[in-house]
Amino acid sequence: MKTYKQTFAELKRAALIPFFVIGDPDFDTSLEIIKAAIDAGADILELGIPFSDPIADGPVIQKADIRALAAGMDIEKAKDFIAKIKSYRDIPIGLLMYYNLIFQYGIEKFFADFAKAGVNSVLVADLSIDDVDEIYTPARKAGLDTVFMVTPNTETDRAKKIASKCTGFIYTVSLLGVTGGRETLSDMVKPLIAKLKSITDVPVCVGFGVSKPQHAVELAKAGADGVIIGSRIVKIIEDNLSDKKSIPAKVSEFLADVKKQLG
Amino acid sequence: MKYSGRFGQFGGFYVPEVLIPALEEMEKAFYQYYRDKKFTAELDTLYRDYAGRPTPLYLATRFSELVGFKVYIKREDLLHGGAHKVNNCLGQGLLAKYMGKTKLIAETGAGQHGLATSMIGALFGMQTKIFMGSIDIERQSVNVHKMKLCGAEIVSVTGGTCTLKDAINEALRYWTSNVADTFYLFGTACGPHPYPTIVKHFQSCIGIEARAQCLEKIGRLPDIVTACVGGGSNAIGIFSAFLDDKNVKLIGIEPAGKGLKTGRHAAPLAAGTVGILHGTKMYLMQDKYGQILDTESISAGLDYPGVGPEHCLLKDTKRAQYFAVEDRDVLDVFDIFTKCEGILPALESTHALAWVYSQKDKMPADTIVVVNLSGRGDKDVDIVERNRNPAPSKHSS
Repeated sequence: MKTYKQTFAELKRAALIPFFVIGDPDFDTSLEIIKAAIDAGADILELGIPFSDPIADGPVIQKADIRALAAGMDIEKAKDFIAKIKSYRDIPIGLLMYYNLIFQYGIEKFFADFAKAGVNSVLVADLSIDDVDEIYTPARKAGLDTVFMVTPNTETDRAKKIASKCTGFIYTVSLLGVTGGRETLSDMVKPLIAKLKSITDVPVCVGFGVSKPQHAVELAKAGADGVIIGSRIVKIIEDNLSDKKSIPAKVSEFLADVKKQLG
Repeated sequence: MKYSGRFGQFGGFYVPEVLIPALEEMEKAFYQYYRDKKFTAELDTLYRDYAGRPTPLYLATRFSELVGFKVYIKREDLLHGGAHKVNNCLGQGLLAKYMGKTKLIAETGAGQHGLATSMIGALFGMQTKIFMGSIDIERQSVNVHKMKLCGAEIVSVTGGTCTLKDAINEALRYWTSNVADTFYLFGTACGPHPYPTIVKHFQSCIGIEARAQCLEKIGRLPDIVTACVGGGSNAIGIFSAFLDDKNVKLIGIEPAGKGLKTGRHAAPLAAGTVGILHGTKMYLMQDKYGQILDTESISAGLDYPGVGPEHCLLKDTKRAQYFAVEDRDVLDVFDIFTKCEGILPALESTHALAWVYSQKDKMPADTIVVVNLSGRGDKDVDIVERNRNPAPSKHSS
């Protein structure tokens, strides 16, 4: 199974990391969309298991969660979904999700089962480094890498502590706020990347508000090891629900453009 | 964070990283000021002169006769704003002022917390934004109007079930983007640490007063103290003073909505399982996968899938007992109590009264029960009218 380490070592440029909600807008379409994203050059996938109350997400991803849940996605099907992607291509997959789903599944069992399904890491949006002990050992025992978030208001000492617990990459939140497309990059992000680069060798991947190919290029120039694009892509799904078959090609076109500009 | 904010296995602070500095700042400020002489003197003055504390402990004579034992009412309904919410809002509002914050945000269900926050926003000259589910805006329009009159901006939340849970989601999201200058004035003894502790502290005046009033008026402690439980702030406020009085039974009443068996209720202590939502581990209404279930209660203020972490611990340790009453019983007792006493109880508080009424003729005559009447029912007159239990009718329609 391909690791983050291998992926970052092989890449001569920033990794392209699209985010999708698993099962949005339905199981089959979602699978086709993600296959298209892989073919368009995604280096890593960031996938969300839909939750009824996603407090870290803006309206676009909230709606995607609702669509996926309404179409019947649940945690068991998500596991099958991931296995299907892995059998299509051996690409690193990071989950980004909310703690209650893991807690109900059973923490140890969750990490073990999803490691088996082919996941590389699980980022829990509402679990901070203060509670790292609840998931770190189960994750490592299952052979998973760990990923935690750093935000622009994270103090340096705390950022160091977070970095020391990240074996996969640091999920660097570009702004103060929730997920969602933005016209311009936050002016907080470049100093944050510089700070993280000065305190750790762990790869720094940037997400939240990354919406345009130009944003990706700017972040890569600023030293980001990966760019995570979520709401901008999920919006393509939202805007084309009346013609679901057209979505994979449209997502592919957007990602190919980002990829090309990343060089 | 200096403290873990745990109540046994419950509580904690399960929030996105971006909110941690704000919660740390709040925890630090709370422990710096909550015993500070100047702060407490200022708060005591506001409690007395602005809110109307202490509130009376009233022997409900006719209702007592009806049920066959003595029922004392802690009159939080007489407070400015019409509910206990002002206690917490003055405390947190003053904390915000001491912290140099200039903007307040709050969620609200019934509108009582939103109104109390709006009042305090006006009082301290702070810009105030209230997040409220669109369904709640409709069913509590009087409070919405009052909030606007106080100068608050109302943000209508249309996500999810359009009620309190969704208002909290949206307030948290807004706070994430505005952490630097905005104080999130959380309304109940729930949510991430340090809120359960802060809210309990600022509501503990209810219990401290009630306990002293019992000793003074009755010459002994009550046998039972009861209160309604949504998030649980008025209940923890009155329970807190009696926790060490082992002979005083503490009874919290949850909303059973259309009935526990129907699933259409908001009673996580009675029928929920342990989970994590809105930053805290608590009993929660959720499906087997951990998706949060829709809740239902005639009282918007109790219409919430979770419950404060300290109540969860009190349930597990059996220091408090929790029961649930259905909407239809609440509506009946709303009428019965009002006709007995000439006091309109809030539908939230009526849950506690309905439990008391369910004990009619079942307890010895010298039993003393203290009910926390956490709010007044003026806001509920329309909703009671719309939902009145159908009287037997000759005509079929």
